[in-house]
Amino acid sequence: MSARGGRRTLLCLLSVLGWAASIWATPVSATPVRVDGERLAVVASFSILADMVREVGGDAVSVVSLVGPDGDPHVFEPSPQDVGRLQQARVVVGNGLGFENWLPRLVQSAQFRGVEILATQGVRVRIQKGLHGRASPDPHAWQDIGNALIYVANIERGLIEADPAGAAGYRARAADYAARLGALDARIRQTFTGLPPAQRSVVVSHDAFGYYGDAYGLRFVAAHRAMAGVWPTARGMASLIERIRREGISAVFVENIADPRLMVQLVRETGAVMGGRMYSDALPSGQGPAASYIGMMEANTATLIEALGSVP
Amino acid sequence: MLAEFWAPFVDYGFMRRALAGCVSLSVGAAPLGCILLLRRMSLVGDALSHAILPGVALGYLLFGLSVPAMTVGGLLAGLLVAALAGTVTRLTALREDASFAAFYLISLALGVLLISLRGSSADLLHVLFGSVLALDDASLLLGASIATISVLALAVVYRPLVVECFDPGFAARMGQQGVIAQGVFMLLLVLNLVGAFHAMGTLMAVAFVVLPAAAARFWARSLGAQMGLAIGLGLAGSLAGLLASFHLDIAASAAIALSLAVLYVLSLSMGPEGSLLAQRGKLVLLPRTPGSGGRA
Repeated sequence: MSARGGRRTLLCLLSVLGWAASIWATPVSATPVRVDGERLAVVASFSILADMVREVGGDAVSVVSLVGPDGDPHVFEPSPQDVGRLQQARVVVGNGLGFENWLPRLVQSAQFRGVEILATQGVRVRIQKGLHGRASPDPHAWQDIGNALIYVANIERGLIEADPAGAAGYRARAADYAARLGALDARIRQTFTGLPPAQRSVVVSHDAFGYYGDAYGLRFVAAHRAMAGVWPTARGMASLIERIRREGISAVFVENIADPRLMVQLVRETGAVMGGRMYSDALPSGQGPAASYIGMMEANTATLIEALGSVP
Repeated sequence: MLAEFWAPFVDYGFMRRALAGCVSLSVGAAPLGCILLLRRMSLVGDALSHAILPGVALGYLLFGLSVPAMTVGGLLAGLLVAALAGTVTRLTALREDASFAAFYLISLALGVLLISLRGSSADLLHVLFGSVLALDDASLLLGASIATISVLALAVVYRPLVVECFDPGFAARMGQQGVIAQGVFMLLLVLNLVGAFHAMGTLMAVAFVVLPAAAARFWARSLGAQMGLAIGLGLAGSLAGLLASFHLDIAASAAIALSLAVLYVLSLSMGPEGSLLAQRGKLVLLPRTPGSGGRA
């Protein structure tokens, strides 16, 4: 192949690139307009937000969750269908605080022009120490029902902005949902009253329950250094075991997105109680009792008190 | 000082379990590696270790992190690929290496596809990388049984297997026996890879088969001595790897594989049999022959 032939090929490639850029620059579609009687299309980044939108939107909206039930939003990779879903949608709901780093890029590449709802807007952010000692905002704000109420208010406002005609319905459903959340909050507080301070420390597999702990007076030690990583180190395991022994941590819980075998190992080593499955970042698939946000919070609370209450 | 170095094995059950798992891996897999080396099939071992993925994935998706399901699935997938590759080699013009490479790629792609269909990427990573620090009773028992079976079975088929390696013509005249030995050997290989996968994951399961055997090759001439040495090197590597993972805070399975690799590189450079050092001495002693180029 001659040098000239190679150059020609490269020039051809350049022109193809130009063509691709022109496609990219053309708006794919204008923002879909709502036809009367049709549902408002909403995309939520993960299953817990989708459930909240469903509660506030009721029959007036159709919700799609990008990260499905049981999926891990931290390591999600959007597919071309997800871009398509966003292009069809008029509202997108994200958690923010660095929880779904892929969402802003996705919104951009889909050239989304509808209403963007940031669920954590106005939440009092908890700062956590990251893997390498760096402080970063803790995104798992929904684990505190006080914050969930703020989520609901943000969702209500966003839906009304996208669909002013349905405002009355959204307001009514949001108020009803908020009342149920308030009652749940009181029930959870009631559950933990009377639990002695010595029985309030537990190990979970990743750092997802800081807000829950702050709100309801429990201490969650995350095993993420040794556990959530795909490559656990012997040192990480050993220091966690030391900590459990030293601080008298009474129970170890498995979440629905981590390797349970490491937790079994911890229990064997320390004599802590093996608690049930905790739901952190994803609702379970199917129709189980924990398949909604309220159900998840109830299930987690029941799991916690069952293990902590049984500690000798 | 030394006691402090050993302390992790005294203090922590999970370290002892990891070590026990590595002991059975060394005893079972390293001698097989020596024969694999002799047959120039080390890369086939690598291919087979990836080939078990779809079976493991299927077991995982249907039954979760269950040792028996994943083991049986991996065993079936590995044997299927070995059998298919062997059949293609015998019936077509394709050589063994090419047919193995083709089937293992199909198998690997199928495995990744299966997991991506149903599970999350965290699931895939668990299967690919294993967890030597989380060996439960079932996987330990499985590893020990596999090591026992493979040592016993290897003793039974040792003679025909070795004869076939050195003198295929004579082995062919012996007939059926060589074919059976060959089959048993492949079965043992797949068994050990499936056992190793629980600790090391499908990506590094083959480390215990290839690295200690390749290292032992530089220290001893006879096959028996190589096998014994390979087991010893496997044990030394596991011990070093686990201690490194503890003291340096690095990923356990990678630390073990790398410790085995360090032993290999050491043997390669300074072992008495055909290593870089030994060859260098020989090259100087060799009489210069015309046309051999200006070496020395």
